[in-house]
Amino acid sequence: MFITCEELIDFLADYRSGALAAAQRVRFEEHLAVCPGCVDYLDSYEMTLRLGREAVRPSAEPAEVPPELVRAILAAWRGAAPPL
Amino acid sequence: MDDAPEATAPHRPESALVEALRAGDDDAYVQLVRQYGGPMLAVARRLLRNEADAQDALQDAFLSAFKSIRGFQGQSQLSTWLHRIAVNAALMKQRARTRRPEQPIEELLPAFDGSGHRRNSGASWPEDPTRTAEAGELKKLVADSIDRLPETYRTVLLLRDVEGLDGAEAAASLGVNENTVKIRLHRARQALRELLDPHMQGTRACSSPAKS
Repeated sequence: MFITCEELIDFLADYRSGALAAAQRVRFEEHLAVCPGCVDYLDSYEMTLRLGREAVRPSAEPAEVPPELVRAILAAWRGAAPPL
Repeated sequence: MDDAPEATAPHRPESALVEALRAGDDDAYVQLVRQYGGPMLAVARRLLRNEADAQDALQDAFLSAFKSIRGFQGQSQLSTWLHRIAVNAALMKQRARTRRPEQPIEELLPAFDGSGHRRNSGASWPEDPTRTAEAGELKKLVADSIDRLPETYRTVLLLRDVEGLDGAEAAASLGVNENTVKIRLHRARQALRELLDPHMQGTRACSSPAKS
């Protein structure tokens, strides 16, 4: 029995993570073999992940704490620090 | 005691830094903030999108880290431990903010007809959109689209796909179960894909059999 595009897209995350049972995986791949639209969807889903990571990836941002914030953090700690 | 963060604090390797922190060495606190604070502030900025809230969250994160440094066992890198603390401080700040009503995620998910075929399934994407679009424009489009996601879903997407938390870590940070994280993540990715879809090019139709 074929699964529908809707069912395929519902289970896409499980398919990608290898969490689908063997029988489900076969049905999933049978659908992909005859449905270029779902192949496109899968490809674009993968691309979405990649574009998302690249758009906000941590290394893309300057990483420095403003000196006044460093001072505020240390002052807050000294004010709150319990005696050793 | 070093009151001036611009001053040069001794730069110790990680294990010596942790020992110095446990011993209450003030220079070690300065080094920790200066050496590790930047990436932690960036995490808070990504999650909170508000500079004042991000700075508050960073302060909360360091106070929490300083208090619990004795419990740091070294099973993970210090940077990873601090990253998780920064994530949790930012999420705490996010929860404390006044919540605005969220757009229902369903409005951003793909639509299907009665036989399970995707409506508007005509467009296929170029193999590598970064080659066909201006890189800076595409990046901005994607970042803006992520910002259009309802906050609940945007947060899960950032935690899992950007900050690198696994399902269990994200679930613990958010106070939900792993299955909820899994469902929200899939919906967030689907919604982001739908938001990007009109900006991509090409067409191809779905020709799968209808549901029997």
